Order: sequence, then C-alpha cells, then structure tokens
Amino acid sequence: MLQADLTIILPEIVLSVYAMLALLGAVYTGKDALAPMLTWATAGVFVLLAAWIGTSGEGIRPAFGGMFIDDGFARFAKVTLLLSAAAVLVMSQDYLSRRGLLRFEFPLLIALAVVGMMMMVSAGDLMALYMGLELQSLALYVVAAIRRDSAKSTEAGLKYFVLGALSSGLLLYGASLTYGFAGTTLFSGIVQTATEGHVSLGLLFGLVLIACGLAFKVSAVPFHMWTPDVYEGSPTPVTAFFATAPKVAAMALFARVLHDAFGGAVGDWQQVIAFLSLLSMFLGAVAAIGQTNIKRLMAYSSIAHMGYALMGLAAGTAFGVQALLIYMAIYVTMNVGTFAFILSMERDGQPVTDIRSLNMYSKKEPAKALAVLILMFSLAGVPPLVGFFGKLYVLRAAYEGGLAWLAVAGVVASVIGAFYYLRIVFYMYFGEETDDALDGGQSAILSGFLMVSAAIMLLGVVNLFGIEGAAAAAAATLVN
Amino acid sequence: MIGLEHYLTVAATLFVIGIFGLFLNRKNVIILLMSIELMLLAVNINLVAFSSFLGDLVGQIFTLFVLTVAAAEAAIGLAILVCFFRNRGTIAVEDVNVMKG
Repeated sequence: MLQADLTIILPEIVLSVYAMLALLGAVYTGKDALAPMLTWATAGVFVLLAAWIGTSGEGIRPAFGGMFIDDGFARFAKVTLLLSAAAVLVMSQDYLSRRGLLRFEFPLLIALAVVGMMMMVSAGDLMALYMGLELQSLALYVVAAIRRDSAKSTEAGLKYFVLGALSSGLLLYGASLTYGFAGTTLFSGIVQTATEGHVSLGLLFGLVLIACGLAFKVSAVPFHMWTPDVYEGSPTPVTAFFATAPKVAAMALFARVLHDAFGGAVGDWQQVIAFLSLLSMFLGAVAAIGQTNIKRLMAYSSIAHMGYALMGLAAGTAFGVQALLIYMAIYVTMNVGTFAFILSMERDGQPVTDIRSLNMYSKKEPAKALAVLILMFSLAGVPPLVGFFGKLYVLRAAYEGGLAWLAVAGVVASVIGAFYYLRIVFYMYFGEETDDALDGGQSAILSGFLMVSAAIMLLGVVNLFGIEGAAAAAAATLVN
Repeated sequence: MIGLEHYLTVAATLFVIGIFGLFLNRKNVIILLMSIELMLLAVNINLVAFSSFLGDLVGQIFTLFVLTVAAAEAAIGLAILVCFFRNRGTIAVEDVNVMKG
C-alpha cells in the first residue's frame, strides 16, 4: 500500500528532495557562485517534471486514504504551473545577477513554493490543503523580501506576510468549523454531509471562511489590498512569479475545494463567487486607469483577470471548470510575455517602471513594440487574439450556468479595462518624443520569451494548441 | 457542566480579538504578530474541542500541524521584521507606508 502511495506522490518527493539537497550542497560549497547554475538546474527540473506529469498517469489515483489526489485536473494545473515557474526562473536570472540579487536561495525557495503549489492542487483533505498552502506562502513571503537592503522590498514582504497570515487564519478557522460540523477533514467525506439544502449553519460558516481565505490568495476583491503594494515593492522577477504560478495554484485549489468538498451544495457558494468575480472585474478595470507604474498596473490587471477566472468557477459546471483552466493557461502565457518585456525595460542599466518611459518605443524597437501591442490587445480581450477566446469561454460558461447578468457585467468591465491596455499601446506608437526614453533591451532570452508569447497569441487562434480538449478532460475528472 | 458550546465561544472570542488586534492596532508590528498567533491558537482550541466531542483523533493531529506551521510562520515574520527595521529604523505600523495602497 505504502509503496503505491509513494509512487503517486513521486514527482513531489523528487522536487522536495532536490530542493533540500541543493540547499545543503550550496551552503557547504560555492554559495552564491552556484546561483546561476542552480537557477538553470531548477528550471530544468521543473520542465522535466512537467513532461513526466504530463505524459504519465491515467484516471484518478488517490493516495494516503484520499488525502492526496492525482487526477487529470491536478495534472493539468501542475503542468501549467511548472512550465510557468520554469519560464520565470529563466527570465529572471540575467536581471537578478546584474543587480547582485541572484542568491542561491532564490531558485530553491521557488522550488519549495512549487512543491507547496503541487500539494495544493492535489489536496484531498483539509490538512493537505493547509500544509500545501503554507509551504507555498512561507516561501513566497521570503522571496518578496529577497532584496533585503531595500525599504520597498522588505515592506512588500512585511505587508504580504501580515495579510497572508490573516488569510491563512481565516481559512484555518473555516477549516476547523468544517471539520467540526462535517465530522471529517477528507473532501470525500465533507461532500457527503454538504448536500443541497442540508448544509448546517456551522458548515456554511466554514465554507464562507475558507472561500474568504482562498479569495485572499487569488487576490479577488474585497481581499486584494496587498496585491498592488506587493507587486510594486518586490523585485520585478519576483513580481513576474507572483503573477503566474501561485495564481494558477490558488485558483485550482479554489476549484478543487468548491467542487470536491462542497460540490453537492453549488447553490450555497455560487452567489458568493459570482459577487467576488463581479467586484474583481470592475475594481481591476477602474483602479488601473490612474496608475503610472507598470507593475502596479499589472497588479490591477491580474485582479481583473482573476475576476474573469472566478466567473468560470461561479458557473458551477464542468464547462465552467474547463473555461477556468483554459483562462488560467492563457493568462499565464500572456503574463510571461508581458513580464519578459517589463524585465527588459531599463535606462542606463537601471530598471524603469514608469509607463511614460514607453513614449515612441515603436521607433526604437519596432519588432518588440509590435509584440507588446499583440500582448496588450490579447490581455484586453480584443478579437481575434487568444485572450479573446479565454474571455469567450468564461462568458459562455457563466451564461450557460444561469448567470447571464454576470456575463453582461464581464463584457462591460472588459470594455472599461481595454482603456489602460490601449493607453500603453498609445504611448508606444503615438506618444511624445522625450529624452528619457528606454534603452533597447539587450537580453536575447527576454526578447525570445516576448516574441514566443506574442506568437502564441496569434497562432493559438487556430486551435488553442489543443488545450481545449485537455482542459475538458481535466474538468471532467473534477466535476461529476 | 462545560460543553462544546463553551469552548467554541471562547475560541470565537479569541479569534475576533485577534482580527481586531490586526486592524485596530496602529502602534507596533510585533502586536500584529501576536494577533496572528492568537488567531491560530483560537483555531487550535476549536480543533481540539471538536476532536474530543466527535471522539476523532484527526482534529488533534491537525492541531499539531497548525502549531508547527505557526512556529515557522512566526520565525519568518520576525526575520522579515528585522530586515525592515534595519532599512527603516522603526517598526511602527503607521511607518509601513513607502507604498500607498
């Protein structure tokens, strides 16, 4: 029995053993001199694990009495988050080493955070959920404050820590109530107690508190206060990481808890999620308008995008989960490309985050400006780019799930949100000539990621690279 | 006779005090860490009370995990706080304001 269980969690074991051995090895040998090599090695391990998880395993395999579930849904989420984490690590190496920030702990903390995320998306028990979530969060608090001689970075770490701990506390209180009123911490046991119309008041409190805690992690309004400050204060590669893999993991965990544990009581959480989705879309669209710092702007953009992803979840159907997975995969691809560009924004070797520095960028770097234009249009959801299809899926899911009003609100919010994406394009193509313009980026890796991401936004229109079918199969294993 | 409700009331009270401590406190970040600890301990009382009431050991195992994670969390919180103090020379909550959000 034990051997079968261990086989199922082998990818997680491999990654955590790698992280711990590398940590020990680096401490006793080269320390920071090893950091570039460790960054590449960690990215390589992520890609290998993604290939392994993507090709292995069929059906639903529970381990440790159902505490850990390896199903199509978990595999889809794991492949997405592993590949995005690998991409961010490769992108960040050059930026960090030129600023003396590339310590050997950085890739290893990312690796530990990814182990936590893999636990989260496979959790089948409230304890597994909590341990995965905390492993991820604790690693991320440290990573946010990794520039420890900067007031901004440590403040970002402190804010993230306090609000993250508050959300963990809320989630945990909800978990304790759920345990008390359902009599078990296993999702498969909770789902038998929580059936439509028979949810006790205590269980309902537990559900709402767990949803609040998870809404913090995906930065849905009204639990989004930390996002702009943490995004602005953290070093840009860390911001790029925050905007990708943890969002996928938290959103997948949200779907896992709501469908696996409370799937019998869709009516009890549907309105709450729809409300979170509505607020996130509108606040993300409106509050970003006044921002001049591109990292803060991307923070509000990610809040709005989480609103759309939650719309798929609010539908409460298998198609909704499929739309959520497709949306998250597209969102991550767009964000990797956009952050590759933000990482390359600099003047005289110093990083620049003011969007006014993009004035007339198209004259200096026509190819990169075009790629950014495609990404911005895709983020705004302009047809026929891939970002439009992501929105189309969630809107259709909401409409078919009986939330037509939410779908209409989503369309309105995306029109408002288009303004600030298009403003960046406006600066690049029709801005004023200024003397404090950006240097052309030199890094071939960053340009490569930017171009590939933009190309995916164009070429994916044909068949979305087949993720539609994979997401449908993944959603079918979660909702039944 | 002290029953389950009494324990749940104590835990809920402690939890709410913890939340209020987080939001009302304007003085010192250390008090935020204490409030967070209070919230987690309130959860532990809840878990142990339910565990004893249900006659199920899972709740007490959960408590051990929560205690371990709370210790790790406090360690990381204090480490970040020390870095913050080195940069700013203060740990007053109202001075955590380089970025306005």
